[in-house]
Amino acid sequence: MESSFAITGKDYTLIVSDTSAAHSIVRMKDDEDKMRVLSPHLVMAYNGEPGDTVQFAEYVQRNLRLYGIRNNVELRPAAAAAWTRRELADSLRSRSPYQVNLLLAGFDVPSSRPALYWIDYLGTLASVPYAAHGYASFFVTSTLDRYHTPGASLEEGLELARRCADEVEKRLIVSGGGWKVRVVDREGAREIKLREGQA
Amino acid sequence: MSRSYDRALTVFSPDGHLFQVEYALEAVRKGTCAVGVRGKDTVILGVEKKSVLQLQDPRTVRKVVMLDDHVCLAFAGLTADGRVLIDKARIECQSHRLTVEDPVSVEYITRHIAGIQQRYTQSGGVRPFGVSTLIIGFDPHDAIPRLYMTEPSGIYTAWKANSIGRSSKTVREFLEKNYADDLDEAGAVKLTIKSLLEVVQTGAKNIEISVMRKDGEVKNLSLDEISEIVVEVEKEKEAEAERKRGRLAATLAAQGGMLESGAGATGA
Repeated sequence: MESSFAITGKDYTLIVSDTSAAHSIVRMKDDEDKMRVLSPHLVMAYNGEPGDTVQFAEYVQRNLRLYGIRNNVELRPAAAAAWTRRELADSLRSRSPYQVNLLLAGFDVPSSRPALYWIDYLGTLASVPYAAHGYASFFVTSTLDRYHTPGASLEEGLELARRCADEVEKRLIVSGGGWKVRVVDREGAREIKLREGQA
Repeated sequence: MSRSYDRALTVFSPDGHLFQVEYALEAVRKGTCAVGVRGKDTVILGVEKKSVLQLQDPRTVRKVVMLDDHVCLAFAGLTADGRVLIDKARIECQSHRLTVEDPVSVEYITRHIAGIQQRYTQSGGVRPFGVSTLIIGFDPHDAIPRLYMTEPSGIYTAWKANSIGRSSKTVREFLEKNYADDLDEAGAVKLTIKSLLEVVQTGAKNIEISVMRKDGEVKNLSLDEISEIVVEVEKEKEAEAERKRGRLAATLAAQGGMLESGAGATGA
């Protein structure tokens, strides 16, 4: 049910999350936003233990904002990812670890490059051109392996994202409700529609 | 021995004064001047910038700081004490957002800062903060501008316009004479600059102005913009002085005329 994937392109990163919030066999909500905008050029999608996810995501959001206000500059994606990973690694060795998997999508303004990091609850960090978490990863990873090209335009990226979403909708036994898509580029982070006519 | 640090440094005098707190206020009076003015839908912070020494990098001296997206602060007094207080306030702003999912109200963060300042007047082994602060901002989803002041004693008060630091009394009196309710942005900025000019003899290059609007946007006026307004203010002062001189001359002339005719009358 919990699916998220992300794709980097020429000068942007696309990040997609499903929008269903379920509790055992009941779908509570189908317009849940499973992302948090951490800073003007950084978006994080989270999966995992309900409660832990939002708690950790907001904790990261507030600390990155504090960094921004204290130092009058945004923390770059690589540094933000390193800090987040460190928090998860410390949490793992505590009494009750956060069970949260993350995708960190950003745009590194100084070098004008898109950034994407795959982080899991054990504190694994990988900088990747495309990635997925949750059930989607079973299907989407091979799709992206086959069709991803570095340096793709935003339209091509969206096309690829649609292909991935179609794959998940076709093969995953439970419906994901819908998809929430955000793109991060030089201008910042904004929501974007995956398909025309979609809510 | 650590036991000697448990003793409070701020103790009452026989006549009920907390001298350490009053000395802290003295330290504040030595700091550079800061002025806050509330307009109809904007609030302005103006500060006196100390002249940058020749070899110093001017960018490292910032007197008006952001506590959160919608709250700004200027302080007068010991810079290092101010820095510590600001950091504590910034952490509280984010912590508040994390726990209640709402940005702080200006009164809340003022109360928090004042609380910290008060705590340091009633704890062992520490001295009060030698800082007074002016805090400006807008509450979330609100269009009313706010201005608060805190003191080393931990007192906090809300103001329509106020000043702290060097010659704050002079500036406050000027504000009392010249403040009007519902000033628009330009009027409020002009009043702030005019009041600072009472203290800052060297003009625009030693003045820094921050304007906050209800959308949370903070604008720092450039040196050119400030200079322009300073020139305007000087011109108005000149014109006023000219008018006074003209009136005085006219009065003297009239008096002289009366004397002459009087003398003539008696003489004749």
